[in-house]
Amino acid sequence: MADILVNNLNLWYADFQALIGVKAHFTQKQITAMIGPSGCGKSTLLRVFNRMNDLIEGVRVEGEVIIDAENIISDKTDLVGLRKKVGMVFQRPNPFPLSIYENIVFGQKVHAEGLTKLKLNEIVEDSLKSVLLWDELKDKLNKSALSLSLEQKQRLCIARLIAVKPEILLMDEPCSTLDPQATSRIEELMRELKNNYTIIIVTHNMQQAARVSDQTGFMLLGELVEFGKTEDIFTRPKDKRTEDYITGRYG
Amino acid sequence: MRKIKEFVIEKLILVCGLASIFFVILIFLFLTKEGLSVFKSVSPFNFLFGKSWYPISEPPQLGILPLILGSLLVTLGAAIISIPIGVACAVYIAEIAPLKIKEILKAGIELLAAIPSVVLGFIGMVTLVPWVKTTFHLPTGLTALSGSIILAFMAMPTIVSIAEDALYSVPKSYKEGAFALGATHWQTIYRVLLPAASSGIVAAVMLGIGRVIGETMAVMMITGNAAVIPQSILVPVRTLTATIAAEMGEAVVGSEHYFALFAIGIVLFIISFIINVTADLFLHKRH
Repeated sequence: MADILVNNLNLWYADFQALIGVKAHFTQKQITAMIGPSGCGKSTLLRVFNRMNDLIEGVRVEGEVIIDAENIISDKTDLVGLRKKVGMVFQRPNPFPLSIYENIVFGQKVHAEGLTKLKLNEIVEDSLKSVLLWDELKDKLNKSALSLSLEQKQRLCIARLIAVKPEILLMDEPCSTLDPQATSRIEELMRELKNNYTIIIVTHNMQQAARVSDQTGFMLLGELVEFGKTEDIFTRPKDKRTEDYITGRYG
Repeated sequence: MRKIKEFVIEKLILVCGLASIFFVILIFLFLTKEGLSVFKSVSPFNFLFGKSWYPISEPPQLGILPLILGSLLVTLGAAIISIPIGVACAVYIAEIAPLKIKEILKAGIELLAAIPSVVLGFIGMVTLVPWVKTTFHLPTGLTALSGSIILAFMAMPTIVSIAEDALYSVPKSYKEGAFALGATHWQTIYRVLLPAASSGIVAAVMLGIGRVIGETMAVMMITGNAAVIPQSILVPVRTLTATIAAEMGEAVVGSEHYFALFAIGIVLFIISFIINVTADLFLHKRH
């Protein structure tokens, strides 16, 4: 398991500065929620941690993001290794148009670990069990993953991540396409997973942040305004802007 | 007043829409009427599987098996050459090429599509044919292989542009998902993007092949036009299309030969129809 230590992180999309001097410490075995209005940079910050921003042209990053004593911003970072360690769940569930089974063993196959069929089966079972899908899906592993419900798809995406044994889980509004019941079940799952991972969740939903997280960070216009224990942020925020946001005065 | 205008415009558009179907039906009826007459003198089985095509001997021998095999051989050769190159080119344009190179390549592909087939045939005749002759030590370079190579050039633009479209319309989230799991770019392409775009790619290939099988001018110029059953890809062959084009001028109207050429037209029509329908099925599967 690993912490993420962020120090003086700046990020530009061409001329636009999307992150300004961000400084934070994400601790293992904790769920950290990132809140803030649209366009405040919370998703951008998340995408620095697994270098997904590299897919966008014209991105420039400066500063330090230390994971396991390594600054992952560096050009020398092994992206494959980093992304194996830092997994991501997206806003829209994005299972591949393959079977359920193939979706889960995808990570194993790309990392070429040369596992036997038996071992792969075991991984599929374990990963599906850890997201509580095994009983529902064990008889239809060869069905297309696209035939599942939205919630099942999102769980499958989490299972697919767990199968590569990451240390950090990044969740970018993982419940925004789900109904309230599915949302609460995914939150339940997050609480179960937090003992084994460092979890960071970006969310628009402040109740969700308050419900599931241990730490919360509030971002505004690219700055991390306040970062601390969730209780403190929601009950006695230090910054006026945080207070305005959580009391619904803007955002 | 407005209602009448709407009504007239609607009906006009309807007529235009029906016109194309109407013409296809007319063409098919005409083909059938002329073509089926050949079966008065030769059975459908002997027509399709007869081994000799001597339309002007007495009595005429009207077996089109050599022509069918000629078409199939040239098409198969063209497919073997153009599919891997075309799909690889599409992958490069859709996924790997930097923006500038992408633009240049796309323009180049469009240009390739714009070259008239007679020009390609002519270039093939003066460059490719001698090359095939010396490379394989053949008595003539006018072979099925030469035809396949030139036709591969004609199939390529269709295959590349439709396959590129298919790859481009794969949701970006698949790519992100694969990258986020630590897949390399190449792994993402062949494990996720290609399977996701597969139906579109199959359609691209089918349409490319459809173009090849209907092509006439270039093949007539460089395949040697010998109506014999080909034993290898290095001998002259004659295709269905080239036969019609070459012989229609000299066939006596109303003769068995004349009807036989129309019957060849029916065979071609059916082959193209099957290919297009298959391509359509795959394209619709995509949506």
